This record gives sequence, C-alpha cells and structure tokens, in this order.
Amino acid sequence: MIEEQSVIKVGMADLNVGSQEKVIRTTGLGSCVGLTLYDPEKKLGGMAHVMLPSSEIAREGKLNIAKFADTAIPELLSRLLNLGAIRNRIVAKMAGGSQMFAFAGGNDTMRIGPRNVESCKRALEELNIPLLAEDTGGSYGRTIEIACSTGLLYIRSVQKGVKEL
Amino acid sequence: MDVLKEVGNIGAGNAATALSQLLNKPIDMAVPKVQLLGFEEIAEKVGGAEELVFAVFLRVEGEAPGNLFFILSPDAARSLLSRVAGISEVSGEELSEMELSALNEIGNILAGSYLSSLADFTSLSMYPTVPALAMDMAGAILSYGLLQFGQMGDDALLIDTTFLEGQDEIEGQFFLIPDPESFPKIFKSLGVPFE
Repeated sequence: MIEEQSVIKVGMADLNVGSQEKVIRTTGLGSCVGLTLYDPEKKLGGMAHVMLPSSEIAREGKLNIAKFADTAIPELLSRLLNLGAIRNRIVAKMAGGSQMFAFAGGNDTMRIGPRNVESCKRALEELNIPLLAEDTGGSYGRTIEIACSTGLLYIRSVQKGVKEL
Repeated sequence: MDVLKEVGNIGAGNAATALSQLLNKPIDMAVPKVQLLGFEEIAEKVGGAEELVFAVFLRVEGEAPGNLFFILSPDAARSLLSRVAGISEVSGEELSEMELSALNEIGNILAGSYLSSLADFTSLSMYPTVPALAMDMAGAILSYGLLQFGQMGDDALLIDTTFLEGQDEIEGQFFLIPDPESFPKIFKSLGVPFE
C-alpha cells in the first residue's frame, strides 16, 4: 500500500497541496466536504477539508480561510498555481457532505452537508473549474485520498468499502 | 474550569447511577475533563478520526443549548447490549434493527439522566431532542457537534466524562459540547464571572 511518509494529511478546516508521488488524505469527513483540485499534466494536486458553506457567517477574529467553501477553494487554487499548475488544466473532484443524523423537522444546521456541497459547486463555477466527479450526500462518513501521480480519488467508508473516482 | 468539571461530574454521576441500575451492578466513572481543544484533538480523544464508534447524539435545547454525544466502542456496545437488553448472541459486524434500537434507547436513558442533573445543578432549562444513533468514523460524527464553533474559531470546549464497569470493560464517554453562547449562561448560573 501507500508509504506513510508520502502521505500529506489535511486536518479539519485545513488545506494542502502536493506533487508527483504524494498522496493527500483527509479522514472522517461527515458533513464536511473534501474538495480536490488537480493538474493532470504536472501531476499536482490539492485538497481542502471544507467545514462550513460561507465565510459570511464567520464571527472569528482571524479568519481561517481553509474552513469555508467560498474562501478555501480560491486559496487552494492559488496554492496550486504557486506550485506551477496551469490554470485552464485544473479539474475538481469532491466527496463528503453527508447528513450524519436525520431528524424530523431539522433546522439549518442539520442540512449543513448538502449546503456545503452546493456552496463548493458555486465556488467552482465562479472560478470556472470543471467538476469531474463527486461522491456526496448519504448519511455516512468518508475518508478520502487523492494520488497526485494519477489524480484518482479514493473514497473509503465503513458501510460501502472503497470507491474510486 | 473547576466549576464546569463539577457540573460534568454531577451529570456523569447520575448517568452512572442510571447505568448501574440498568445493569444491576456498580459502575465507576472517571473525573470529567473540561478542555478547550482543537477540532483535530477532539476526535483523537476516541482514538482518531477514522476510529469506528457507536454514538448516540442528542441536540440539547433550552437556555443553554449544545450537543451531547454518548460514545461507545463497538465492543463496548455489544457488551452493553448483552448485559442490559439480554441479547446474548451479539455477533457479526452488523447489528440488527432491534439491537440498534435497544442501543439508542440505552443511550437516550443515560444521556437524559446526564442532562437532567446538569439542568438541576445550573437551574438552566436543558432538554434533549429525540436521540439519533450512528455507527461510523468518529471524526465524521463528532465534527457535527463542532459546526457552531466553526463560526468562531478552531477550538471547542469539551466536557469529557468516561465511565467504566470494572473488568467487563463497558466503557463509554459523554462528550458535551455547549454552544459558544451557552458558556456565559452556564458560568453565570453558577455565580462565576465569565471573561
């Protein structure tokens, strides 16, 4: 399997980029969305663990831009461009955004997963980045990793095993 | 922080009593820990973001809203089921509908008992919503309780209580994550200034 030293870990409300033989991984996505950007020619990849849909609701003093869909995706893009990626080759894949708990008459917080997904899609559209594949929704957690050598996104869940996008 | 620890202690004490009545034997519990933790560290408390856990989740409503999780390892969940519900052959990866339902109800009783004692102690109204059960990765489950904190920063206040039943290793954890706006109320009700 994959050597641990080549794995770049992305925590909750975090983002990172990598190249060549690196694998970028985030674990335990629930309502959060794991969004990846990839340049297939240069084999450069990036991943953001998006927690909330919009930075407009943020009340924190120092904004963590990796946390919100509308700020994380532009930041991830610029980090990837800094690494040498070519703008118009960049493609996206994403996974997560589930509803871990279903309640009758759930409030807005309950719908945070689907809202994260919508918000990520909107951000991608605004940046004109094609979304190649997604594995979103449901009511289960996911661990995902992108192989920078191939751009393949591996999704692992307790109930459904491993899936490849 | 000491005051919050005492609050957790009383809550867990009542929950432990409820559990020991269910099991008809004494239950020990650890002294609660009250910590301000980074999001990543919270999942680490149950063995990591990918660790498979059973969780009963209750949204707490009332004057001091928050999120309450009762977390069990799969082994502890099976052990608890066989002891309490008299389900002797809890085997295989998947639990049956009936087993899940029993587990949900046990979690509900314990969480309700935990919560009502907190409400008594603080004189704040706190009542649970309908419980929901999930078996999944700890990170995916717990992140749900951190969303309100996500708007404020990257840390959350966690009141973490473990209780255990001697050698039989039924070990469970209560994670209470009060909403950010609940702290001043909880502190005030206890007569402690909040900075």
